[in-house]
Amino acid sequence: MSITDFLTDLLNPDLAFLPKALAIAVMSSIVCGVVGCYVVLRGMAFIGDAVAHAVFPGIAVAFVLQGSLVLGGAVAGVATALLIAIFSQNRRVKEDSIIGVFLVGAFALGIVIISRAPGYAGSLQQFLFGSITGIPDRDLYVVGGTGLVILGLVLALHKEFVAICLDREMSRAMGLSVFWLDIVLYVLVTLAVVISLQTIGNILVLALLITPAAAARLLTDRLGVMMLLAPLIGGVSATVGLYLSWSYDTPVGGTIVLVATAVFLAAWLFAPRHGLLTRRWRRPGGQEIGDDARPALSAAK
Amino acid sequence: MRALDIEGLDVDLGGRPVLRDIRLHLDRGELVGLLGPNGAGKTTLLRAVLALTRTRGGTVMVEGKPSRPGRSEIGYVPQRHEFTWDFPISVEQAVMSGRTGHIGLLRRPGVADWRAVGDALDRVQLTGLRRRPVGELSGGQRQRVLVARALALAPRILLLDEPFTGLDMPTQELLGDLFTSLAAEDRAVLMTTHDLVAAVDSCTRLVLLNGRIIADGQPADLQDAELWTKTFGVSETSPLLKLVRAT
Repeated sequence: MSITDFLTDLLNPDLAFLPKALAIAVMSSIVCGVVGCYVVLRGMAFIGDAVAHAVFPGIAVAFVLQGSLVLGGAVAGVATALLIAIFSQNRRVKEDSIIGVFLVGAFALGIVIISRAPGYAGSLQQFLFGSITGIPDRDLYVVGGTGLVILGLVLALHKEFVAICLDREMSRAMGLSVFWLDIVLYVLVTLAVVISLQTIGNILVLALLITPAAAARLLTDRLGVMMLLAPLIGGVSATVGLYLSWSYDTPVGGTIVLVATAVFLAAWLFAPRHGLLTRRWRRPGGQEIGDDARPALSAAK
Repeated sequence: MRALDIEGLDVDLGGRPVLRDIRLHLDRGELVGLLGPNGAGKTTLLRAVLALTRTRGGTVMVEGKPSRPGRSEIGYVPQRHEFTWDFPISVEQAVMSGRTGHIGLLRRPGVADWRAVGDALDRVQLTGLRRRPVGELSGGQRQRVLVARALALAPRILLLDEPFTGLDMPTQELLGDLFTSLAAEDRAVLMTTHDLVAAVDSCTRLVLLNGRIIADGQPADLQDAELWTKTFGVSETSPLLKLVRAT
């Protein structure tokens, strides 16, 4: 299918679900790209995985009660994020073990709950692998609104988030409340995951959080640039992925993630300074990383 | 008024006594070396001064007022491994991060903040590297970034945790000179270290710590071998004692 056909389909009123799916996929990958930068830089990918799984029981309950899936997922995800933050204060069991416990526990709870609902097999597949059909108009506004709130909070607390990523001990000494900032960050990650579930699905949503941010990290050494590149990579991957999925009738979540993964691999090979092949091609005697301030310091003595 | 005044400080960690009856005073202009073996409570003492750890008893007064987190009178330079060096951030941004608490929520750095960062970078002679990513710095440069980050608040007390660890001799010497001149600019500087030679060379006073304060005096007054064997738990024939006698 050519790009023109895809554009025609997007404007076709009989296929109204398609532009909706595109809007949701792009919005959620932009939000995930921005939040994912903190996740990648702090090495908390496992927490992202945990909340992604932890939203499942909430979605199951919402499904059984015919409520909003986004809301149900958000409640369960935030509850799990809080539990992880509180339990990991006890240093006897390490944070990753705590996350492991709650990740699987929550997912198991979701499976048990949804198995009680009639006709669960089909819905289960939708939750796990994502789908572009059957998105209610209301979700469009929920996703858009939640996305704006997340981006607003990131903008407001960016300075503090950077400080706690850089040096927790120093942040405490400066009087920052590291515990509460951690919780806000976990909640933002959870919300970003929840709004992405619809199109990407529960299993693959982690990719939207990690892959664009990781690719952006390979392309730049500047945080500001990284936080612009990551949502850009995410948004483009979502658009291209949806187009390919529509053209070749492949699962939408999987296709979007594969496109993002391809971008990551390309960045890994061809990134301007740190790419594998770029480094190999670069002539010797190019960039020197030297201790060039030392002579200045000695001279000043 | 003393810059730092610690009286009868007791600290427990995990139910075990770590510091007992610590009495320590610092005046501006002093560069005091805090020496002791691993587990002596050096870092814990610094954290108690910053009010980052719960104390069991005693008082910590900073410029006449009880210590609490977020006071700009104290500049803290934690051990280098506390900092995430692979973070994509430039030297000047890393130094600016030291003012995060001071700038306050929902506010952006202003002219005064950038001026303070510029002054701090000048002071440690990193101005030429201000735009460089922190991940590309050498160990000595990294240590100076952390010192600049603490200086960005223009503190009157500077706490340095193991600033010499893992650095070669010339770098240690340069840093030692920097600390000496920082103290001479009317600051009180307290520095923990393992490094006896660097400490004796640059400090105006040495404090030997092992749970309690074993000795507190000028380097020349601490020749008694027993003080050192008591602090470090080494034997009379230890190379450490030869070093003490030689310095």
